[in-house]
Amino acid sequence: MSSATMTAPREQKRHSLILWAGLVLVGLHIAIALLTFVWLPYDPTAMAGGRLEGPSLLHWLGTDRLGRDLLTQMMIGSRIALIVGIGAVAIGAAIGVTLGLLAAFASKWLDDALAATLDILIAFPTLLIAMLVVAASDTANLWSAIIALGIALSAIVARLTRILAKRVLVMDYITAARTSGSSWPKIVAIHILPNIWPTLSVNFALQFGLAVIAEASLSYLGLGAPPPNASWGRVLQEAQGTVYTAPLGAIAPGIALVSLAIGVNLLADGLRDTIDPTRRAR
Amino acid sequence: MTAILTLENLSVSAGSKLLVSNLSLSLNRGERLGLIGESGSGKSLTSLAATGLLPAGLTASGSAILAGTQVIGAADRELNQLRGTAVAIVFQEPLTALDPLMRVGKQVAEPLARRAQRDGAPLSGPALDKAVLALLDEVALPDPQRIAKSYPHELSGGQRQRIAIAMALACKPDLLIADEPTTALDVTTQAEILNLLDRLVRDRNMALLFISHDLPVVANTVERVVVLRQGETVEAGNVAEVFRNPRHDYTKSLLTAARRLDHAMEGRA
Amino acid sequence: MTLVRVDHVSFGYTANRRILDDVSLDIAAGDTIGLVGESGSGKTTLLRLLLGLTRPDSGSITFDGKPLDPGNGAFMRTFRRQAQVVFQDPYSSLDPRQTIRSIIAEPLRSLKIPGDHAKQVGDALEAVGLERDVGTRFPHQFSGGQRQRIAIARAIVPGPRLLLADEAVSALDLTTRIRIVDLLAGLSKSMSLLFVSHDIGVVAALCRRIVILEKGRVVETGDTASVLANPKHPYTQRLLASVPRLSLNEVSS
Repeated sequence: MSSATMTAPREQKRHSLILWAGLVLVGLHIAIALLTFVWLPYDPTAMAGGRLEGPSLLHWLGTDRLGRDLLTQMMIGSRIALIVGIGAVAIGAAIGVTLGLLAAFASKWLDDALAATLDILIAFPTLLIAMLVVAASDTANLWSAIIALGIALSAIVARLTRILAKRVLVMDYITAARTSGSSWPKIVAIHILPNIWPTLSVNFALQFGLAVIAEASLSYLGLGAPPPNASWGRVLQEAQGTVYTAPLGAIAPGIALVSLAIGVNLLADGLRDTIDPTRRAR
Repeated sequence: MTAILTLENLSVSAGSKLLVSNLSLSLNRGERLGLIGESGSGKSLTSLAATGLLPAGLTASGSAILAGTQVIGAADRELNQLRGTAVAIVFQEPLTALDPLMRVGKQVAEPLARRAQRDGAPLSGPALDKAVLALLDEVALPDPQRIAKSYPHELSGGQRQRIAIAMALACKPDLLIADEPTTALDVTTQAEILNLLDRLVRDRNMALLFISHDLPVVANTVERVVVLRQGETVEAGNVAEVFRNPRHDYTKSLLTAARRLDHAMEGRA
Repeated sequence: MTLVRVDHVSFGYTANRRILDDVSLDIAAGDTIGLVGESGSGKTTLLRLLLGLTRPDSGSITFDGKPLDPGNGAFMRTFRRQAQVVFQDPYSSLDPRQTIRSIIAEPLRSLKIPGDHAKQVGDALEAVGLERDVGTRFPHQFSGGQRQRIAIARAIVPGPRLLLADEAVSALDLTTRIRIVDLLAGLSKSMSLLFVSHDIGVVAALCRRIVILEKGRVVETGDTASVLANPKHPYTQRLLASVPRLSLNEVSS
């Protein structure tokens, strides 16, 4: 009660500010990604100008060491980052939420076994697991990277889901649902998932950022999407040798990565606060 | 005789919202005063304000003089001194008031040693252990040796509350504040704890500020009451008089409700 | 007519004793029974057994003459419709993310009870003293007492013959508590009520019969008025002596 009354207008204003900032940042990346399907400033693989040119009216971000237009590369990078982020989180969420719920409902020993397994998996860095999965598949392409990242993220999602679901399971409204004749699948769908969703979705946003950065790292290591898929990681890697003469090649992917990761997090926070009835004022 | 605690026009507010308004009361050694109210009445906030323990975001105004010191606006260092000596509080839920990872004997020893230090007669080693056991014995815990070595989760609710009371006594307070001290306990345990508090307050000639929503419990524990409703003092006076002759409608409705359950038990429903 | 029969039921073991030890009791149709016990008495466990959420280790429970078997789907569907529960904590018993209407309609939906659900929900809200149109709101917009009314509305909406209440008024303020007791008293005219509580005053005000539970055993049972006036078991005597009363104070002063 008191917490509801505390959600003063100022709080609400802050919430909508967060939501809008997130919408703008993510919207910008989505718009750019969509634009790449119909229009690009230059052919991403062709030499569009001289090597390592600085920013100019023709090449807003300059060119790389092969004379390719950097802005074009960055725009394609947006598309790849979004596909990787959404794909990896979707896979991670599907596997992770299922496993987490199973563990929450499982008998004690199975739950303990699952929890221990997840803890061990989480002890390995996401990137390392992803590298192992990519290495295990024959060809390194965009999809193998996405699947690898999704599997790596699923352990984190599963552990969180398990804890959150267990917390909801002890509430009286779950018992009330059982005595109301609701089946377990129904209870999961209408009581458990909606109540763990706000926390999960914020976590998914974090995972999204993680996945995009991890994909950049995979590409940087040559384990990501092969050319001509210019992911930000690859741009960064290629700019490495010339970072002192043409710093934009390293700075631009960094800014793009950070702005997308922050944007997704703000968006998730903002959405949670807007959707959640318990956070709305009376 | 100077009062241990004097509240004058004490108000507590959260921003522009008034949670306790213009509360005045005074409490001497050996006196027992009850603060009655339902949830949201501000009864717990009053005790927190009187001891300078209000959570961030809440502000107190008016005057609260505790053992000669003005609490409102005082520095935390000064208040810490006061809280370890002049006043001690026992809360509703002893489980959250105790450290789950520390043996209870050690938890009682801590305030005991601190108080001894302040009195200029430091206690340590076997002397401190002995004082702890004496205190556990004073709160009527059976087998103090064994209890002292236990962790909070190994004790029953009643035993934990006795430990919390022992910790409060370790400060040798002039004023004991008990905030719903028996609400989380079973009826039979409640009766034991109330008896214990009664005896301790008498033996040590402390002042008791007893906060409760339970009218029968208050009726059997204190001499004077202040009835609070949404931060306002609706009635104050001798407990027997107020309960026999309530003047305010709110007090009347509380008493009607309490009396109905009382009468039901006696078959006079 | 006996609605529920608990026959020599035992359940579970702790370090050195059973949680429930050879418990027998009958609930007659239309009766109001107060089940009184302190923490560790096993009253909440007994309630879970009566709701078919757990099976007893030994002994049997019958509802309307048929064995209460959580594995029997067909029986359980009828049973769920006829036996409903209200919990202690009104903050934990309502899903914070569902509207009041959806919360109250859950038994109607899940038990596939025919009829105009919106109307049935409205009727239930009215029966517990709330406005019909509060259905679109969420639990956090209500006070503790109002939430408890909503929980009661959910329990009565399928038209149960037995209402089980687990410390249903213990978390409420005194004046609110009395109002909910009155509400339950009114409802108990049309259904059997098993009221589990540690609060003997409330039980005395509400229940015709009383069952005293101590450490998993029924130590005393009978007509509430006569047990309170003339407790036989030492534990009952101690329990009654422990209850603080206003009137004692008034007599002595």
